[in-house]
Amino acid sequence: MQKIAALMRQKAQELLSSGQVQQVAAWRKGQLAYDNAPAVFTSPEACADLVYDEFCPANLSKYLLAATKKKLKTAVFLKPCDTYGVNQLLKDNRVQREYVYAIGTPCQGMLDIKKIRAHGLKGITRITVSEGVVQVETVYGTQNLPQRDVLLDKCLQCKGNAYMIADTEIGEKLATPEPRGDAFAAVKRIEALPPEERFKFWQQELSKCIRCNACRDICPACSCEQCIFDNPAAPVAGKAFADPVEENMFHLIRAYHVAGRCVGCGECARVCPQGVKLGLLNLKFMKDINTFYGPYQAGSDATTPAPQVTFTQGDVEPSAAGQKGRS
Amino acid sequence: MFKIAKAKWPELWQALAREGQLYLPALVDGKTDFAPWQKDTKVDLLTAVTAKSLKQLFFAQVEPLMHFQTSGKKVAVTPQELPAQPTIAFGVRACDLAGFTILDKVFLKEPVDTFYRARRENCTLIGLACGFPEETCFCQTFNIDAASPAGDIQTWLVWDNLYWESRTGKGQQLTAKLAALLTEATAEDAKLVQAQQTKIRETLSKLPLGRLRFSPELAKHEQEVFNSKVWEKLSATCLSCCGCTYVCPTCHCYDVRDYAGKDGAVERFRCWDSCMNGDFTKMAHGNPRKGQLERFRQRYMHKLVYFPEDYEGTFACVGCGRCLRICPVNLNIVKVAKELEVDLHV
Amino acid sequence: MLGEKVTVADKTAAPAPFEPKIVAFCCNWCSYAGADGAGTARKQYPANVKIIRVPCSCRVNPLFILRAFQRGADGVILCGCHPGDCHYMTGNYYTRRRLTLLMSMLNFMGVATERLRVEWVSASEGARFAEIMTSFVEQITALGANVKLRDLRCKK
Repeated sequence: MQKIAALMRQKAQELLSSGQVQQVAAWRKGQLAYDNAPAVFTSPEACADLVYDEFCPANLSKYLLAATKKKLKTAVFLKPCDTYGVNQLLKDNRVQREYVYAIGTPCQGMLDIKKIRAHGLKGITRITVSEGVVQVETVYGTQNLPQRDVLLDKCLQCKGNAYMIADTEIGEKLATPEPRGDAFAAVKRIEALPPEERFKFWQQELSKCIRCNACRDICPACSCEQCIFDNPAAPVAGKAFADPVEENMFHLIRAYHVAGRCVGCGECARVCPQGVKLGLLNLKFMKDINTFYGPYQAGSDATTPAPQVTFTQGDVEPSAAGQKGRS
Repeated sequence: MFKIAKAKWPELWQALAREGQLYLPALVDGKTDFAPWQKDTKVDLLTAVTAKSLKQLFFAQVEPLMHFQTSGKKVAVTPQELPAQPTIAFGVRACDLAGFTILDKVFLKEPVDTFYRARRENCTLIGLACGFPEETCFCQTFNIDAASPAGDIQTWLVWDNLYWESRTGKGQQLTAKLAALLTEATAEDAKLVQAQQTKIRETLSKLPLGRLRFSPELAKHEQEVFNSKVWEKLSATCLSCCGCTYVCPTCHCYDVRDYAGKDGAVERFRCWDSCMNGDFTKMAHGNPRKGQLERFRQRYMHKLVYFPEDYEGTFACVGCGRCLRICPVNLNIVKVAKELEVDLHV
Repeated sequence: MLGEKVTVADKTAAPAPFEPKIVAFCCNWCSYAGADGAGTARKQYPANVKIIRVPCSCRVNPLFILRAFQRGADGVILCGCHPGDCHYMTGNYYTRRRLTLLMSMLNFMGVATERLRVEWVSASEGARFAEIMTSFVEQITALGANVKLRDLRCKK
């Protein structure tokens, strides 16, 4: 990974000093062992801080919205899964291709600090990864963990190492984590529950929400100029957990609005401070779209119309969908 | 000082719950947070930083303020009753307790926030020393001592014993009611507690942020800080979610809204607000802070400059490190303060 | 005396029968005209149905439906032109996909999807409009009040 980071720094410096791009979106080193932050670099000198390791999970594609608005040609480092997000933004006409310089960046799966902490590790001072082993040094001692055990959930649904969009690539492609079985297994488990159980599950799950809106703000498909839940004129208590129905509505509409556009990057679930299983709602829509309208992967290109903006004359009737799985 | 052995803790929780609604750190779905105690609660006294701060105990995320019943031109107002239930919070860490002293400055100053005051006065706070501080902790930056947490009662967990010391009248009253459960601690015990205190302070100094200091100079250069060029660099990747403000023990902004229900019934409630929100302090002419940069700057100006200006140099931060843990893009007050100090050469 | 009488009457009176509130989103070009047709043909349907006229069934944002439930509707019915007959050529095809996903999701979240119905009713089907509304009101009356999707604040 260090080699890749060096190549990235070099590339970023080249692009900036040649004037090919005006800014570079990448990651900057933090103060802790794992807190690399997405950052925008505007000068070759600043790129000294550019870093890349197993703690760069953030999908940078959303920063292209601001780049387009400011009309700044932006080089963006994209892991294979992040490239789907860029395509979706291009397809939604929210990002202009002329402002994007996409750089495919190899990835072997990102690590989840929450999972590392769940092993009882506190006071972490250093984390090193080599050959499938994550060594965590803390003020209380050192422990080795198998890498696969502490991969982010989204990396266990990895879509592979191919870039869907890239103007150039950094280094050689790396082997991405083997995806964990059926992506829809969790959705199917819930579908199999009786309706009352499903209702209870979601009430409990969504009641954890504190309405920080991070799921919406990080999503490359959530790109409205103003969100309906931010509109003070709309009769929604957008800021607060005021009523359970309101929560349900926020989450249902959030997932619904990206149905057919959700690229499955898993960022919503990753950023949720409360650990709400948000990805399940998106996966349910993906599964339904696949079942009703044929297999579809949002973001695999920038042209195929999304299932929600197209139709066939023989589409399934809503009543049939409502009946499915009802006990 | 008193002590109580681990085997007796369930009895202790029960006894405390009899005196008021008991809140303590509980493990739910792999996450530790303060929760009302029930018989089957998995109490977690080892995790130093709960996911959210305890501020919602006194400053609820959503709180009804009053109710209206309108019919034609008539409006009948029913004020919301002040909360009267006694509460006890056990296992509160030094940083959260320090957070309350900061909230007190805001809510207990005239005009007093009666809801906050009622809840605050009805609550007995039992502090717990941090046996295992985490890498995100930096309370020592603000001279908060994680080894003697304060509160009405403060406690230490050493091996399988909980050591108990009341510090206020309220604490003594509660301690007196628990006499049957508590045994007098010996001089040996006092040594054990002292040893733990030393160890906690040592551990804290070894942590990555152990030697962190925030420069008091920041508050003296309001204009320079406000106009610093680092805001653009720092705010460029902030998502404007309000995670940091909601978990923060010292963020205290709120919004007041009306909910119009059926048949002319209206509920006026307040809810947490965040300077990260697009409609924060929105006025008739629009939002005074138009973009990402202004909103981001507002949060840190408030914590690092405006608050110290208003309250004798006190930063509106207690170093609990929750914003370091929650931020989806790893931005936080430490990074901001450091960048500013470099930029302003202070 | 008067007070006493009232108390006695209150105690003995049976609770008022449940009268569901139904919101019907009707396309201007077909179902709304269908409702008119039902009127001119003197076909009765229950007064529980409150019609909201929309320019096309695809004007209905799923949020409208959820909002109706939140603010006290016990049932919501969406009526549009038969697929293929849209005044704007294709609007109702999008509605169909939209509502298919919404229905499926409500079901997934354990909310009775019987409370939401989608029907295609043309301008000439006045009698059918009345029949559909009557049967939907019966169905919702049998289901009882909507609790799961209603905002419980300020509920009198």
